[in-house]
Amino acid sequence: MFQVADPIIRLMGLDKAFGSQAVLKGVNLDIERGKITTIIGGSGSGKSVLVKHIIGLLKPDAGQILYEGTDMVSLRPRALSEIRRNFGMLFQHSALFDSMDVEQNIAFPLEEHTKKSRREILSIVKEKLSLLELEGIERKTPSELSGGMRKRVALARAIVLNPQVIIYDEPTTGLDPIMTYNVDQMIKGAQEKLKVTSIVISHDMASTFRISDYIAMLYEGRIIEFGPPDAILSSNKEEVQRFLAASSLPPRAIVASGGEV
Amino acid sequence: MFFQVLYWSFRPPFRFGLFMRSMEFVGVGSLFIIILTGSFTGAVMALQGIYAFGILEMEAMVGGSVALALARELSPVLAALMVTGRVGSSMATEIGTMRVTEQIDAMETLAVNPIQYLIVPRVWATTIMLPALCVIFTFVGMVGCYLVAVVWFQVDYGLFMAYIKSFMGSEDIINGVIKASVFGTGLSVIGCYKGYTADGGARGVGAATTTAVVLASVMIFVLDYLLTAMMF
Repeated sequence: MFQVADPIIRLMGLDKAFGSQAVLKGVNLDIERGKITTIIGGSGSGKSVLVKHIIGLLKPDAGQILYEGTDMVSLRPRALSEIRRNFGMLFQHSALFDSMDVEQNIAFPLEEHTKKSRREILSIVKEKLSLLELEGIERKTPSELSGGMRKRVALARAIVLNPQVIIYDEPTTGLDPIMTYNVDQMIKGAQEKLKVTSIVISHDMASTFRISDYIAMLYEGRIIEFGPPDAILSSNKEEVQRFLAASSLPPRAIVASGGEV
Repeated sequence: MFFQVLYWSFRPPFRFGLFMRSMEFVGVGSLFIIILTGSFTGAVMALQGIYAFGILEMEAMVGGSVALALARELSPVLAALMVTGRVGSSMATEIGTMRVTEQIDAMETLAVNPIQYLIVPRVWATTIMLPALCVIFTFVGMVGCYLVAVVWFQVDYGLFMAYIKSFMGSEDIINGVIKASVFGTGLSVIGCYKGYTADGGARGVGAATTTAVVLASVMIFVLDYLLTAMMF
């Protein structure tokens, strides 16, 4: 399988079962520093379970998760909490705190983990909102925002502590094609502006081929293919080709167009 | 969950602001319903008491007996049941909704411990505020009793007050307050735990809330028996 040059995260032999149902069966995957790696797979293939392991929300039954060489699985809660500050996660449904307004949501990590003054925090919040073209919505509550705006506010909250790694859990699910394109641009933009490592979970093939530097396919609890988009397109694995053929947009056309539509 | 709450209670950061907000929600927010139920409980106890003591022509004893019943049993139990309905259910629903909408996962990914942030302030606030509500319940209950017995049924005021003083000691109030405090811890831990472990969307949150209220109510009666057996 394809080897990356400079992995920031290494998943080694991850096993996870819920009761008698094995979800991950020896997952091996390296995430390249500063690139966008997308994990694809059908619904129920264990993609979300896999990312919850990467960020330490779930513990594997066996295997290692190395972040910069440190095994996160064996860490005590306090040390794990310290490492988590290097991660930002954008949840599928944004997971904004609905008891707080936009400003409070974005300020939350700063208030919890820094000793910055109120004035400094508000200035950072304003800067992040401006970076994501969200000026003027500080006082709105999450329920007053559209799906796309909620995603961007959640991204602002995820990047406010300047994480090294941002994880996106199905960022385009349930969005219309234009909003999907905008979210893709948001992911690419965040990666280019912030130089972060991005891990995207998706089953939206058009979106995947627009943004990814590397693609890994999870099938029946294992990574069955991994490499740059071209390598995935030319994979001779039947499951990969079947997955590609079932997507609504021809991925080859998207790759050929350089990700533009 | 109870031991986790204890563990996280004594680790920094201490969230005084969240604690005060929870105190306001549990205490000030429940004040109206406690005054309403407390005054009617005292009033109806007075009505029944006057009928029963009237058979023996000892109506003046109604004040003392209602005071004793309120301080020892009715105030802690009924106040705890009212707070279970209002606060315990709200804790289960709010935290359960946060769980199923991944807000608790989001909090963990932001390196904030959800038990320390969400549950510790709620449990301490209920443990402290329920005894205060219990004392208020007893006081307004006695006001209700006074209105029925002295104002309506013309029971002698001096005798009414003398029987209260002779029947009731400070230990009755203290024991009632201790009971309320234990009930407060129990009902808030159950409400928060049920919400924290909720799954399965809206139906899961609904089921968590129902279970929290039923379990907490049963817990109040069982603990009441045990504590009464130990105290009196």
